[in-house]
Amino acid sequence: MSPYNSAAMQETERPGVGTRPRHSSVSIALVGSGGAGVMTAGNMLLEAAAHAGYYALMTRSSGPQIRGGEAAAMIRISCVPIDCMDDHFHILAAVDWDNVHRFGAEIPLGPDSLIVGDPDQGEPHEVFTRSGAAQAKVPLKKMAKAIPEGRPNMLLLGFAATLVGLPDDSVSRAVEKSLSKRPAALAPSLAAVAAGREAAAAVERKYMLAAAPPGRVASRWLLTGNEAAGYGAIKGGVRFVAAYPITPATELLEWMSPALAEVGGTLVQAEDELASINMAIGGSYGGVPSLTATSGPGLALMVESLGLAVASETPVVVIDVMRVGPSTGIPTKSEQGDLNIALYGLHGDAPHLVLAPNSVADCLRTTQWAVQLAESLQAPAIVLSDQFFGQTRAVIDEPVELGIGTGPARLIAEANAPDFKRYAATPSGVSPMAIPGTAGVTYTADGLEHGERGTPSSQGTDHLAQLDKRRAKLELADYGVHWADVEGEGDLAILTFGSCTGIVREGLARARVDGVRTRLVSMRLLSPAQPARLAAALAGVKRILVIEQNHTGQFFRHLRAEYDLPGTMTSLHRPGAMQFNPGDIHRHLIEWSRA
Amino acid sequence: MTEALTHTDFKSDIKPVWCPGCGDFGVVNALTKALAKMELRPENVAVVSGIGCSSRIPAYTTCYGFHGVHGRALAAGTGLKIARPDLTVIVTGGDGDGYSIGGNHFLHACRRNVDMTYIVMDNRVYGMTKGQASPTTEPDWDSKLSPDGTGLREFHPMVIALSAGANFIARAFTGDPNGLADVIVQAVRHPGFSFIEVLSPCVTFRPEQRDWKKIVKPDAVKPTSDIARAARRMLRDTGFDLGVLYAGTRSPYSPRGPRAQRDVRELEARFAL
Repeated sequence: MSPYNSAAMQETERPGVGTRPRHSSVSIALVGSGGAGVMTAGNMLLEAAAHAGYYALMTRSSGPQIRGGEAAAMIRISCVPIDCMDDHFHILAAVDWDNVHRFGAEIPLGPDSLIVGDPDQGEPHEVFTRSGAAQAKVPLKKMAKAIPEGRPNMLLLGFAATLVGLPDDSVSRAVEKSLSKRPAALAPSLAAVAAGREAAAAVERKYMLAAAPPGRVASRWLLTGNEAAGYGAIKGGVRFVAAYPITPATELLEWMSPALAEVGGTLVQAEDELASINMAIGGSYGGVPSLTATSGPGLALMVESLGLAVASETPVVVIDVMRVGPSTGIPTKSEQGDLNIALYGLHGDAPHLVLAPNSVADCLRTTQWAVQLAESLQAPAIVLSDQFFGQTRAVIDEPVELGIGTGPARLIAEANAPDFKRYAATPSGVSPMAIPGTAGVTYTADGLEHGERGTPSSQGTDHLAQLDKRRAKLELADYGVHWADVEGEGDLAILTFGSCTGIVREGLARARVDGVRTRLVSMRLLSPAQPARLAAALAGVKRILVIEQNHTGQFFRHLRAEYDLPGTMTSLHRPGAMQFNPGDIHRHLIEWSRA
Repeated sequence: MTEALTHTDFKSDIKPVWCPGCGDFGVVNALTKALAKMELRPENVAVVSGIGCSSRIPAYTTCYGFHGVHGRALAAGTGLKIARPDLTVIVTGGDGDGYSIGGNHFLHACRRNVDMTYIVMDNRVYGMTKGQASPTTEPDWDSKLSPDGTGLREFHPMVIALSAGANFIARAFTGDPNGLADVIVQAVRHPGFSFIEVLSPCVTFRPEQRDWKKIVKPDAVKPTSDIARAARRMLRDTGFDLGVLYAGTRSPYSPRGPRAQRDVRELEARFAL
């Protein structure tokens, strides 16, 4: 059952609120120059929505300056769980307009939108006003000055929260929580919020949220995909992390540093990504499940050593929080452009695991699964997250346990095992790994090709035997039902992965209202390929649409190369920093399904 | 009580790939002697290396071995030691592996000061690829890749190790396995990052290095903990003075912050509303 009740996505009228339409989803952008406090206000709005029982997402954007540049907090509040932003924003609320026009493309408005601004700070830029949006002028700065220590961002918070109908109590609690370490700032902030609320009373409320869904707020979580992935890694058993900072993966590593210490693990900061991957491989060789996280440029530096992990059969997990590439690209924007390097970047024939989470919550599950698979199959695993997941803060239901496993998953050699052969060709391909400290089974792990005992060998027969072993263990493994999320029915099918999934799901829910029926397959396990499973999921399908966020259709090409799929296939792809929205998908699906 | 082991218990039955007369044989002898002398068990020692002739050493011992990628041995060793502080970690390699492709890791391993020992067999040439100049090769040494020499001044590993923060720095010679074994014992026992420059002749591509045995000066120096004094000594000596040139007092690396053993699920409190 999809969470997207199509009726709930429409404007609805509820008894008791007069004739005002109520919305199941409202999107608000708070903008201003650096130091204006829009991120603080945005986080409070997110917390208030969560407290009031809504689901919500917040993405953020800022200018290229390290500090002091313009900033935007983009928030979507919803009555149902959401995995993507909406097509446009209902409310754009600005503390000031300095350079804020740079966010024009990221904050699309419509004729029904409302622009809230301080007339003393100038006029909104044409990129916003050409939408035909209405304007509300609020002298934020003057009003804030009337309150001792009052700040315009708190006024804007009160104003915006009132426009969408968030309860006063939820906003106050969010402010109290955020300022728990700065008690002196609390009273002026609450006074400014109240002033903003009063100012909003005069404005027509076109964007009121429908009643919050029933359900226990206490069972919901507020977190980013980076945090979810970090927690999933620890849950899967990771206790050693080597870290080199890179946007947008840094926060994942920063979250793990204190979290690992609490569960007896360790994080070390490496001198570069060449070091971080090799430190992780070294830690794992020592028997401790190990991980590093990076983004495209760092992954490129790591691929030689991932080959070592394949050859030496040392488990290790690399989370790639993808950003726009190639090269430095756009570090703060999302793209699914690292699929090729993740799948094919290793030299030689090097079977390894590639997985992709398909929601913020799924960053937890997929990373946990990746750790368990890497450990049990003694192979490297790459987890393809992306900037959208990594840096989006989301209110989600507590993730459902998938029975993936949390305990040690590695097949370990016992002390003094007779005739121990580290790289023995077993039926499953997995051979017991000796852990340093264990007597009588010492061996040398080697990136050189080797025989069953690990002794270096340049014999073709040994090479073939070890290639077969390393391939067999990945191909024979039982990946169960988690290889993909398969939904819907009919003779049309959409194939996608990663952060496109939430956008496609919502676009598909809208298209269903127009009578479009298709299957949706969101693939979580990208390597090794699962031809039998995908063929079963697509049995009877006549046409396939592949949707992804990159410039060359990497996923489409991969599917064409690895799978013998039914019917005709078409590709819908768009590079990063030009995210699809559900409306794009909705329109495309109507066209495609009728073609 | 387990029986005491001799150095032959630490030698594997794999035949080295090295040329007859290679200096690296002396390092296997010295390393296995040192491990026996310290009464360590092979299963509690890990020998980690990168790529090159000398990096073949792990498989020639009966210890746990890790033969990784070119230049990254110190990173692998660092990860292993931090994840498994109970192990004795010895990283081995050559001058190309350690000072050229692995140069950055050398700097940061010295600076990080993890409690492990780094043995560099310096023969001032890339031997496995058949004779190219390394960072410690003389500027006028003629080779196919660099006819008439590179024209580049040699790298001074010891001074760099000292300035980067290594806590123990010594020079030894493979022609004197007992002396080298003694230095390895001191290096392993000294807390923090210990660096041993081992003069290890390449008889194939640098046959003139056979004469090193005539010019080395055993027991030429005594350890000092005075960095300035150690630096002067390193900069002024001929490069053939053997012994411990520096033994510092820095505390070895240890992960910062309070350690705990909480239940993993307690971390969920960070997300709960």
